Amino acid sequence: MNNKQTLKAVITRLILDIAPEADIESLDPREDLREELDLDSIDFMKLLEALALETGITISESDYDQVNTLESMIAYIESKK
Amino acid sequence: MKTLTMPSFGSDMATGTLAQWHVKAGDTVSKGDIVATIETMKGLIDMEVFDDGVIESLSASEGQELDIGAPIAQLRSLNENDESTNIVEKQSSVKSEDPKTNINTVSQNKALPNEQEKNTKNQRVEADSKLSQQNEIRKRDKFLAISPAARKRAADLGVNWRQLSHGNGPEGAIILQDIDDAFNMAAESPTKSKPTPAEMMRQAIATNVSRSKREIPHYYLQLDVLLDNALDCLSVHNANLSPSKRILVNAMIYSAIARALEDFPAFNGFYIDGQYQPSETVHLGHAISLRTGGIMIAAIRDAQSLGVIELMDKLRDQVARAREGGLRMSEVTQASVTISSIGDRGADSMQSIIFPPQVAIFGLGRPRKMPWIIQNAIVAATVVSISLAADHRVSDGHSGARLLNKINKLLQTPEKLL
Repeated sequence: MNNKQTLKAVITRLILDIAPEADIESLDPREDLREELDLDSIDFMKLLEALALETGITISESDYDQVNTLESMIAYIESKK
Repeated sequence: MKTLTMPSFGSDMATGTLAQWHVKAGDTVSKGDIVATIETMKGLIDMEVFDDGVIESLSASEGQELDIGAPIAQLRSLNENDESTNIVEKQSSVKSEDPKTNINTVSQNKALPNEQEKNTKNQRVEADSKLSQQNEIRKRDKFLAISPAARKRAADLGVNWRQLSHGNGPEGAIILQDIDDAFNMAAESPTKSKPTPAEMMRQAIATNVSRSKREIPHYYLQLDVLLDNALDCLSVHNANLSPSKRILVNAMIYSAIARALEDFPAFNGFYIDGQYQPSETVHLGHAISLRTGGIMIAAIRDAQSLGVIELMDKLRDQVARAREGGLRMSEVTQASVTISSIGDRGADSMQSIIFPPQVAIFGLGRPRKMPWIIQNAIVAATVVSISLAADHRVSDGHSGARLLNKINKLLQTPEKLL
């Protein structure tokens, strides 16, 4: 598995921990993550916290618009590694 | 001797299932201790006790579904002369349809001494640690463990997973496949299954909002409020904080509403039997959307006296517990006013329906970028529409508008709220 696939698996797992009902399999990675999976702002905060613990990368509030989609979130984390 | 009974968590609740006992016969309990977890259509709610005493006997077993008011345990009070010791009986002896139910519970909670906070600290710490373990399979008792996904599926399909002896997951935990199998087996049987929790909750919401629209003459106001000052203030505050410590702008709006309400008692209280009773403090209810469908309202006590940081901590904690289970009885019954937020991916504005016997509800739209005029120049600004639905029997539009303007004013100096 390459880095992108690993990161995707990590993010998917963390989202399912927060929102077990999220239909992540049919998620288009270029669509707005929160809108598609119905994650509210507190869910999103929990996801960022879990991601920081898992990857060591903390996404700052000013960068939220760079992590709106699964694809852009993966790219952001990779770019910070 | 006091009889503890199946409590009511609102006028829309008829039965509850005793999910788990936290005490056994012979245990000593103090005011505020959690004695049982009750499963309702609103999810798992922790039942507190309002007396110091000794549990004499338990008369209901885990997994048993009981009507509101049905006896579940006997409590020998340590202070039989204390009049407040009737509280549990009083609360649960009221018919669930009686509009007094909520106010009785509220006045009961108001009467609780501050020691309750201390006494329950340990339980809250426990609840917090439970939250941090949410990824793990939850062990509900010594026989049953169930994964969150299986629990959700069971709720959706109306499968009573407690009736399963074991599952096929690790250490006999119930997993998705077990729920599906149980559902398919039940589908083959000719008996009609009970309404699912999601259906029951929908019915409960229908009952409440119908009553509200039938009985309460609502009027509606809405004000667009500039959020840039609040967002700038928060972006400085949040800049170097880990995500779990960051403050959402909603917490700031909630704080402004709570503080403004202090000067507008006609919007914070209860209308019972043709009379309005203002609340002495702001128990700020906030509507939480549940993943299983439906909503529940949790109250942040004395919100007018909390700073935004503290308010955000409580908000985060209550949202998590509403979804995971573990909200306390007092939290779901004592709101004196409610805020409903459509979320930042939602819609521009929302007009809400008052939750009886309250007399006002605020609706928050999503913060949105729009042209705004500042010092005669058109600028791009972030704005939120705050709506107020209020009870015309108690207040008029004029004072409602003043309340909204006060909230607006408070949000323009956010550092004072922080």
